[in-house]
Amino acid sequence: MGNTNKTYWKGLEQLKNDPAYIKNADKEFVNLGVEEDPGHSRRDFLKMMGFSVAAVSLAACETPIRKAIPYVNKPVDVDPGIPNYYASSYINGGDYCSIVVKTREGRPIKIEGNALSSVSGGGTSAQVEASVLSLYDNYRLRGPKIGDKDEQWENIDKEVMSKLGEIAAKGGQIRIVSNTILSPSTLATIEKFKAKYPTTQHVQYDQVSYYGMMKANEESFGSAFIPSYDFSKASIIVSFGADFLGTWLSPTEFTKQYAATRKIDEEHREMSRHYQFESNLSLTGANADYRTPLRPSQSGLAVIQLYNLIAAKAGKSTIDGGLENVANLDKAAEDLWANRGKSVVVSRSNNKSVQTVINGINAMLGNYGSTILPNMAVNFRKGNDEAMSAFIEDASGGKIDGVIFYNCNPVYDHVAGAKLEAALKSVALTVATNYTKDETSSAVNYKTPDHHYLESWNDFEPKKNFYSLSQPAITPIFKSRQAQESFLVWAGEKNVDYFSIVKDNWRSWYYAKNGGGMNFESWWDKCLYDGVLEPGAADAAAASFRGDLAAAAAGIASRYKAGNTGLELSIYESYAVGNGSQANNPLLQELPDPITKVVWDHPVTVSQKDAAALGFTNDGESNTQFGTLTAGGKSVSVPVLIQPGQAIGTIGISLGYGRTKVGTVAENLGVNAYALMDGNSLAVYEGVSLTKTDKDFQLAQTQTHQTYMGRESVIQESVLSEFKKNPAAGRDFPKVSKWSEKVDPATLSLWKGHDYNNHHWGMSIDLNTCTGCGSCIVACNVENNVAMVGKDEVIRRREMHWLRIDRYYSSDGKHGDYQALEKAAENPEVVFQPMLCQHCNNAPCETVCPVAATTHSTEGLNQMTYNRCIGTRYCANNCPYKVRRFNWFKYHDNRQFYQANPAMNTDLGRMVLNPEVTVRSRGVMEKCSFCVQRIQSGKLAAKRERRPLKDGEVITACQAACSSGAIVFGDMNDPNSEITKLLKIERDEKRPNGIDKKIGNPRAYRVLEEIGVKPNIFYLTKIRNKDEAKAEA
Amino acid sequence: MQAESVFRESLVTGGKTVADVSQDISCQVENKPTRLWWTAFGISLVLLTYGGYCCWMMLWHGIGMWGLNKTVGWAWDITNFVWWVGIGHAGTLISAILLLFRQRWRMSINRAAEAMTIFAVICALSFPGFHMGRLWLGFYWAFPLPNAFGSLWVNFNSPLLWDVFAIGTYFSVSLVFWYMGLIPDFAVIRDRAVRMGHMTRAKIYNGLSFGWDGAAKTWMRYESVALILAGLSTPLVLSVHTIVSMDFATSVIPGWHTTIFPPYFVAGAIFSGFAMVLTLLLVTRKVFKLEDYITIYHVELMNIIIIVTGSIVGIAYITEFFIAWYGQVPAESYAFINRATGPYWWAYWSMMTCNVISPQLFWFKKLRTNLVATFIISIIVNIGMWFERFVIIVTSLHRDYVPSSWTMFHPTMYDIGQYIFTFGIFFTFFFLFAKFFPVINMAEVKSIVRATSEKKNKAH
Repeated sequence: MGNTNKTYWKGLEQLKNDPAYIKNADKEFVNLGVEEDPGHSRRDFLKMMGFSVAAVSLAACETPIRKAIPYVNKPVDVDPGIPNYYASSYINGGDYCSIVVKTREGRPIKIEGNALSSVSGGGTSAQVEASVLSLYDNYRLRGPKIGDKDEQWENIDKEVMSKLGEIAAKGGQIRIVSNTILSPSTLATIEKFKAKYPTTQHVQYDQVSYYGMMKANEESFGSAFIPSYDFSKASIIVSFGADFLGTWLSPTEFTKQYAATRKIDEEHREMSRHYQFESNLSLTGANADYRTPLRPSQSGLAVIQLYNLIAAKAGKSTIDGGLENVANLDKAAEDLWANRGKSVVVSRSNNKSVQTVINGINAMLGNYGSTILPNMAVNFRKGNDEAMSAFIEDASGGKIDGVIFYNCNPVYDHVAGAKLEAALKSVALTVATNYTKDETSSAVNYKTPDHHYLESWNDFEPKKNFYSLSQPAITPIFKSRQAQESFLVWAGEKNVDYFSIVKDNWRSWYYAKNGGGMNFESWWDKCLYDGVLEPGAADAAAASFRGDLAAAAAGIASRYKAGNTGLELSIYESYAVGNGSQANNPLLQELPDPITKVVWDHPVTVSQKDAAALGFTNDGESNTQFGTLTAGGKSVSVPVLIQPGQAIGTIGISLGYGRTKVGTVAENLGVNAYALMDGNSLAVYEGVSLTKTDKDFQLAQTQTHQTYMGRESVIQESVLSEFKKNPAAGRDFPKVSKWSEKVDPATLSLWKGHDYNNHHWGMSIDLNTCTGCGSCIVACNVENNVAMVGKDEVIRRREMHWLRIDRYYSSDGKHGDYQALEKAAENPEVVFQPMLCQHCNNAPCETVCPVAATTHSTEGLNQMTYNRCIGTRYCANNCPYKVRRFNWFKYHDNRQFYQANPAMNTDLGRMVLNPEVTVRSRGVMEKCSFCVQRIQSGKLAAKRERRPLKDGEVITACQAACSSGAIVFGDMNDPNSEITKLLKIERDEKRPNGIDKKIGNPRAYRVLEEIGVKPNIFYLTKIRNKDEAKAEA
Repeated sequence: MQAESVFRESLVTGGKTVADVSQDISCQVENKPTRLWWTAFGISLVLLTYGGYCCWMMLWHGIGMWGLNKTVGWAWDITNFVWWVGIGHAGTLISAILLLFRQRWRMSINRAAEAMTIFAVICALSFPGFHMGRLWLGFYWAFPLPNAFGSLWVNFNSPLLWDVFAIGTYFSVSLVFWYMGLIPDFAVIRDRAVRMGHMTRAKIYNGLSFGWDGAAKTWMRYESVALILAGLSTPLVLSVHTIVSMDFATSVIPGWHTTIFPPYFVAGAIFSGFAMVLTLLLVTRKVFKLEDYITIYHVELMNIIIIVTGSIVGIAYITEFFIAWYGQVPAESYAFINRATGPYWWAYWSMMTCNVISPQLFWFKKLRTNLVATFIISIIVNIGMWFERFVIIVTSLHRDYVPSSWTMFHPTMYDIGQYIFTFGIFFTFFFLFAKFFPVINMAEVKSIVRATSEKKNKAH
């Protein structure tokens, strides 16, 4: 066969000697040509796979990978440009919120509520939203220290352990001091520590104590606990100073419940009625239907009075005391009695006797088991005032040899902080795990910083039988160490890996009962994925009230008095910086107080009448004077703000300021009001004085005009009785005169309008459920990289917030009497109106921009092109809502704003910036974009899956943060969207996608309808559950 | 019957001959600057330097150096802009409209008035420039130029863009018109320089006069160009401030959204322009000893225009109030009540006093022919006109629709510095002009020198 000449041709091409064939004849792999090149060859694939495997294994060698299941179905990989979400838990002392952390490239950049949690219900608070920036606080301790010297963990551990050993050997006393601990595993860890050092006692205290409530419940029901409240079941809510929408116990949860009772429409014309008896105008009081200013010294007597009024109706014996002539109290008693079992009475008081009478009232009304749930005890506040006082006494008396502060700051936030600070100097071993160098950790020798909560593993039991987990969303930034691990190391434990301990605890504690037949790993992954584990409440045991009311009455009589004429001080938690632990966070410092609208400071609030008597004056530009406030033998100098609604004879000041070791942001802001407290009581009845000084001062307020001047096209409100008759009650229908007739301004337009053939984005804001809390503002700031500008710039009225909450007081002035209308009533009605870019369909800003930098999108958005903006500010001038914000300076990379805006001026702070949103340069205009980046990513996700966008897939940051659900955003072209249903948009067959949607909801109005700019934001009228409207709002 | 024409008062007094005109006016250019001139010029330079420093600080750090805020986005910047543009109206009105109406009395004042116009418009233009957040982009993005943004074009809906065109046109036409008039006078200076043997000066002025030869044909062309430019400028006098007023009139802000603005602004502009011309000329005639050319008669005529325009402005103010009441728009009624009684009441009443009451004093012949009174009132009028713009801009913005955003505006030293800067520009230019250019149009004035002027023995 070898010499045969036969040729086997492979194809016709070879036979014909096709030139194309000849060209490639000697090549093993024929070039496939440009069109057919798949891009990656088999060799490329092998190369890449080889490299990836090597790279992954190399990476794996360095850091052990712990499995963490993200919230969305993306694997743990970090894909550049694609965010990962992790369910976790916010924790700050006893403040708790179940959250979802958004991370980009391994950096947490945004926190949102976890809707799976029935405790926080998917809502967040301002402090939760802002805590992501606290992670990148420049004032954090970068590693452990002895004194002021950096030290290695090993050396510190050695020293601490040897000292602990010495103390234990001689039988000395050791204390672990903390705020309320919600974490079962942390408590178990502390138990292990106590087992090793048996002289250890764990002292829990709270900045604002609820100890009186626990003691009262112990007396009334046999165990010291705080029950869950369910305001959503309450038709009548009576609160004595409890600011349950702002700061009391679990405000995020209560806001959601409360809002549920305030949602009304044509079909549901019933809402709860809310009475508030309080001294300061609180956020809750601002939302109340009937609000009575009351001296703190009288509140206990008013509680007795309420008890007696109801007891009279119930045919029970009354108790001694009681205060006649408290406005609205009789009415409240009648309403409560008529709504037995559907009402709730709460009080802020830390006085056991008052809380016992409150329990008695609720028991008489049969509220236990319906609105008050003792079977769902909450763990938010477990502090023991007596134990804490005893600890400070012992420390001062030299009886304590070692103390470990676990993430708490009593030197600052306890009334006896100064005493403690002095005492600590003589304690042999002082340790603090606080993650910043705050007042307490500055006063101790060993600084062993804990991780920030976003870097930690932990578990929580916020309510009995409601559990949640916290998982790290970032690798620890500094050389900090999980505090539980420190405790375990110091206890000489072998296994100090807290993550595995938490996991093992869950296996042994909860898995068996709640595993539901899953294998443990899957069950654990699911718990981690959900962030929460909620087996549900234990069955309600009948709570029978057996408190001693006579003793309580005597207790109240000894503390409260009807005839106090001196000045009284009522201290409250700041809505923005809370109890002060997050004071170094500019997002909170620049969050306007919902009532006073003050930022970067805390004035003392004084009623109009008292201010006149004391000689204080405020002008329309926040100019005021310093006053010398004396309480509890201490004097401080504070600016004075005249506050409508402040009970006459009382003054108010907030906690959270006056931090001394805090970092550059909050340095030298305000005074420490903890030191002014009367023991553990926030109310000081005696020895309070306020005198005017010569020192003038200008506060920074984001709103200086307090009333809405009777402008019904801005605020439209009515009362429930009117609303029941006519759901359009309170609506203002402006008309424009034509030659022949008066017409609706919307029908007159120079413009042809737009057709939005795809989406038509719109928003509805319910003024009835918005409580004005401000978490949306912080959420917006974080999401959209809004610059914080600092106190001076706010004084110049240049805050950059895209979303603000306008707070208006009612006035006693007559319509048209503008001078009188400028003055707020002494005890005003309050209305909150979130105000953001209205995305007008006939936008006045768009027509005036000379360079077309602000234009209309095909989906109804009014959009800003920062690149094109030349900064004439004409658009801002022509904006009727004044929501446009100009970059007066370069707010990033500018030393001038280092203090106020670390998020744009420090390497650490910059990690919080949202990469999806441009940081605006100097000289350009900016404003709310309806979170266009979220719309875009929602649309892209839908497009990838080749399906239309579903309602609810795009949620704006403000909407996500809103616990009360007042903000609804969506596509008004989608007949099934929530907003279409809420606004009852009727399809216009002639022009279905046009701008003139027929709005069927009689409560829905557009602000400033008369100028015909046709916004895409609708407000629902404010309805107060009052019998009659005031003559003039 | 026979109509007998009244003898008009002579426009040039003192029996000036044609030669006197050349001598009196050119000598200011030819002589060495006086100590007074140096002092005045020095002060202008100081203003310019200080203002320039404030400008530089503002440019370096940002618009935040000014006192503006989230609610009041324009204040001194646009107030000054409108004020200067208004002042810049008189020149063209005098040279164009009065030329068409054959008002010969304008001849001795038009040169300085036109110069003032040009410098005022330069000052005015500096504000829309500096007030931009990003000047470095704005100064060319505001023009409809081809750009790197594809089909992105300027927004022809925006009154600010109309401003760019209106003021640009006005400035260029005024500049050409002014320079045209200067050509024969430059030639006079050149000729005199040749005679005096100053060859450098002769060369420079020869260049400036484009080699003017004084031929009859040249004169004829000169006259027709002047007439054409006058025709072109006449509508501009009305259009510029009309368009400036549309910055406000087309907006939705109560107090701005007013159809009366165009005529009201034009009247106000002429009002302030004439006042400024008076202020400057009263000084110039004194310093340069031009009493025979700029006579009391001139002053009186200008004062009459001030009464007329001032009254128009006053009626406009009252009409605004009437419409605010008659229109029954709550926000607008409030805007006007707030002007008169709100926190800026002092600005409103300053405006009313200066603009409405003070010009009425000119009904008295004694006052309108009194130089000191005229000088004081001319300054008061311009203070009033500044307040008018401040009232319109700031008091309308500071309390508009949504009370939560109501604020006050306080100027900083940089707001003031920017204003001083424009005074620096204005006076620096004006003194340079007064020194190096003939301040009175010699060519035209020579045409009204009485042939039969009583002879004076002031021969050279």
